[in-house]
Amino acid sequence: MRTGVFVCWCGLNIGGVVDVPRVVEEISHYPGVARAVDYRYMCSDPGQQLIKDVIREERLDSVVIAACSPGMHEATFQSVAASAGVNPYRCEIANIREQCSWPHQNEPGEATRKAIELIQAAIEKVRGDEALSALSIPVTRRALIIGAGIAGMQAALDIAEAGHEVVLVERLPHIGGHMAQLSETFPTLDCSQCILTPKTSEVGRHPRIKLLTNSEVESISGYVGNFTVRIRRKATYVNWDLCTGCGLCTEKCPSRASSTFERGLVKEPAISIAFPQAVPHKPVISAEACGHFTKGKCGVCEKVCPVGAIDYQQQDALFEEKVGAIVVATGYDLHPKAKVGEYGYGVYPDVIDGLEFERLNSASGPTQGQIRRPSDGKVPKEVVFIQCVGSRDQENGYPYCSKICCMYTAKHARLYKHKVSDGQPYVFYMDIRAGGKGYEEFVQHATEEEGVLYLRGRVARVFQDGDALVVFGVDTLSGKKVEIRADMVVLATAIVPASGAKELARVLKTATDQYGFFSEAHPKLRPVESLTRGIYIAGCAQAPKDIPDTVTQAGSAAAKVLALFSAERLSHSPAVAAVDEELCSGCGVCVEACAYDARTLDTRRRVAVVNDVLCEGCGACAVACPNGATRQKNASRSQVFSMIDAVVG
Amino acid sequence: MNSCPELLRPCWQGFFRADEDEWRGVTASLPPDGGQGLRERRMRYPYFPGCTLRAKARGFESSALASAGALGVQLDELPNWQCCGATFPLQADNSFSLVSPARTLASARKMGERLVTLCSACYNVLKRTNHVMRTDADRRDKVNAFIEEDYRGDLEVVHFLEVLRDDIGFDALARSVKVPLGGLAAAPYYGCLLLRPADELAFDDPEAPHILEDFLSALGCRAVDHPYKIECCGSYVALEPGDLASGPSRMVVESARTRGAQVIITSCPLCQYNLDISQQGARGHSGVGVPVVYFTQLLAIALGLSEDVLGFEGHVISPGPLLRSIGAMGSEATA
Amino acid sequence: MRLTRDVVSGENRRKLRDISGEEVASCYQCGKCSAGCAMTGMMDLLPHQVIRLVQLGHIEEAAASRTIWLCASCLACSARCPRGVSLPNVMESLRVTLLRPGERHLDPAGLPAEVLENAPEQALVAGLRKYT
Repeated sequence: MRTGVFVCWCGLNIGGVVDVPRVVEEISHYPGVARAVDYRYMCSDPGQQLIKDVIREERLDSVVIAACSPGMHEATFQSVAASAGVNPYRCEIANIREQCSWPHQNEPGEATRKAIELIQAAIEKVRGDEALSALSIPVTRRALIIGAGIAGMQAALDIAEAGHEVVLVERLPHIGGHMAQLSETFPTLDCSQCILTPKTSEVGRHPRIKLLTNSEVESISGYVGNFTVRIRRKATYVNWDLCTGCGLCTEKCPSRASSTFERGLVKEPAISIAFPQAVPHKPVISAEACGHFTKGKCGVCEKVCPVGAIDYQQQDALFEEKVGAIVVATGYDLHPKAKVGEYGYGVYPDVIDGLEFERLNSASGPTQGQIRRPSDGKVPKEVVFIQCVGSRDQENGYPYCSKICCMYTAKHARLYKHKVSDGQPYVFYMDIRAGGKGYEEFVQHATEEEGVLYLRGRVARVFQDGDALVVFGVDTLSGKKVEIRADMVVLATAIVPASGAKELARVLKTATDQYGFFSEAHPKLRPVESLTRGIYIAGCAQAPKDIPDTVTQAGSAAAKVLALFSAERLSHSPAVAAVDEELCSGCGVCVEACAYDARTLDTRRRVAVVNDVLCEGCGACAVACPNGATRQKNASRSQVFSMIDAVVG
Repeated sequence: MNSCPELLRPCWQGFFRADEDEWRGVTASLPPDGGQGLRERRMRYPYFPGCTLRAKARGFESSALASAGALGVQLDELPNWQCCGATFPLQADNSFSLVSPARTLASARKMGERLVTLCSACYNVLKRTNHVMRTDADRRDKVNAFIEEDYRGDLEVVHFLEVLRDDIGFDALARSVKVPLGGLAAAPYYGCLLLRPADELAFDDPEAPHILEDFLSALGCRAVDHPYKIECCGSYVALEPGDLASGPSRMVVESARTRGAQVIITSCPLCQYNLDISQQGARGHSGVGVPVVYFTQLLAIALGLSEDVLGFEGHVISPGPLLRSIGAMGSEATA
Repeated sequence: MRLTRDVVSGENRRKLRDISGEEVASCYQCGKCSAGCAMTGMMDLLPHQVIRLVQLGHIEEAAASRTIWLCASCLACSARCPRGVSLPNVMESLRVTLLRPGERHLDPAGLPAEVLENAPEQALVAGLRKYT
């Protein structure tokens, strides 16, 4: 074996702690090492050239790079090795930064010793590495998008416009997401529906978008380029193929249900279309409210429907779709009402949340766009807006900032002033976070031109006193406790992941953060890729964000999907599990151990087999195998033992 | 607000109109070779003295007029002027306080296109009033109606320092110096009125002015830079009981003194008073006082003019000993 | 402190705006004015706190502050204000809400002889215009 060892200083990141010259000196005497060299930045062009030169000069057959995490630069150094004639799977990384110099900054002597041991272990591993070739897998050029809010719609349109088919799955009966509920949008105050409907109707009629509303993803199998998705289309009790959306059923329906779209501010017929611009423009029966289902009596809609579209017997439908990439765009919900007791949220009808205010302000909303408070329809003259309700509150809510509330609260206060010119809006805030094009100016306009009074501080309590809501707050700028008798209170409640996000993440075998937002592969450099290859994220599914950022991220996710679809075939790591069929007894323990459905039993031959492209090379099956029939390529038992020896021996 | 109380009557008594004799008297005091070379291109400007220069800051004016003469500049006192008001009125709904300075401006315009001032406050008030008359049609009409003029702000209000810089030039000034001040460490003090508001006054860089430094260099002084040169001295808060303005003034003096200043120069009588009187109690502490003089007094010394024009009087910290020690003043000078 | 729309955006605020020509709502309370004010050592409220009270509509409380009499109109604050608020104008407007009805902050007859003797005329004229 002729191994070259390349030790990187990473500037002072490694070199400031680890005694690199000493490491090089020690390692150069280790068995099998043809040469050990160091360089200030091994990932730089001269660093890479150094590796190539040494490979050629020393006729190396394997290399060990002692540097940062393989997540950062393994691919870089593998391709450097390959370009100089060394099999890329005989290139090993010893992580002496994240696993050595960074955590042991205060113990340079020990860090140096550990660096030497880590490198020795990597040399032992590379000694046993086989020369492998990357696996090649086909790509299904068809995308699944989960969620048809502005993020999902944008990604769907971008991918479909590029010529690929898209399956767009939406849980609700209509598309458009929360943006369809908004009245106006910051910082331009253009009407949300006006800028949204061109997109919803384009999605609705696009020949390459297969729109599945009232549907949910049940399960997913497969891997990048080759996913199989099972989708449940929930019963609507209306045959949408026949329905013309005439609305007669809605007019005649005698039962009432609380309107989800109107955030419970009004009741709607048990068979209804959520809003006038809904796509698809077809009604759904709420089985919980419908007289036919609850009492077994009513059948009015069936009678009045001119085309016979009502179908009380309709069942959920299950079907499968094959796709090569998935975009998760499941959006957000708001912090639950029950958790904000001190403000009487959910108790006092005139304490509402931001989305409810949007509906009050919307021309198609329950008050036709007039600001009237829910309890008695009176026009409120003193309105208190409270920011950071649940946000930035790690004790009672979430430690994170919900990002959009500063802006939409400023928008709400301004819209309120536009409609109630003699009214006084007050905004309680902790900080105003208005980073974005035209955002700070938008907020300043609220204070300077529109008479919105900003009060720096949180509100402690809101309680009803006769006709008024008494707000106990503080203005820390003047150092004074503030009391306001308000007619209405609007809470900027925290943005939380959409319900079911964590369950969906489990189905997708990808990760969420502690709150349930989908985790990106790298916060800066791979912000739209999930931790699972072939699955991308867009919009508030990842973290709270506003419409411009959401649209940007959706476009970016679409670009990633299109890049994936641009290849004929994908390559897959060959460092996967393999079975020695002589030793395999077909017990099936490996099948149970596999988290990726990569292990199956060949019942005819009574041996276990590996589906190479599904295998992620985690090694769980090799560990579980009772008789050593399964081995992990380039992480064999003997390799692992000699690595351990190199460290502890 | 708009009253000139009985109490102040004595201060008006100092006002008089400088006639030709007076002017000749000043120029006559020049040394035989004073300002030679500059006399050929003699400049004449209308000039506004203001109240204080005719009462408690006589030395400011006499040193300035004599120096101007030596440098070939004739400052013709306005035949008919009245108090500028001493502070620019900050009320948007009341133009009454603009009447007096506007009348002065209108009468100056009939004499020429520029009006020269010495006192920082007069400069500030007249220039700001002029700005209103130039840019605010509403208030201009009101004021013009009252003073029965049609003045449109087309006069240029300049400070004597600007005349020195722009018309004479600091290089020419340096060449006219007869008594080089031998590296006297002098700290410029701008205060507020010369610099702010910068967009209206456009006098110098409001945060890093240098006209006084350039002036001092021309005289052969070492200009001592210090951070408080543009801070407020306390201004008219000096009238408040309890010595309230002395705090800020002391900071200014200390900022100059600890950086080695032997003398502080100013162009504002109120700054001069505040900085000087703030050292009354402090003399004992620091052991050393820093005299505060008008820039024109150093100018007159450097030009070798008669000590009679210096007019040092009423100083808490007398500049006499310092100036004598560097040979800039004779032993019997009044100080 | 009770806030209502009459307090926050009522007649008092409008009157002050007319006198000062300034819209204090522009102020975002960064405090740069107070940071650069030469007179803060003797003030009971910092300049930005006076502005805050005006924003809240508590004009009387602002006018009761010593601060408004200590402002020397040096304009160091307004020269650096990122929101273009001329605080000296606001201070003056607060002073005149008291002076116009006839209040005198300073009694000229009570000025000490040594002040009358030594202070420059400029100080007397300016001071009496600001304080009476």
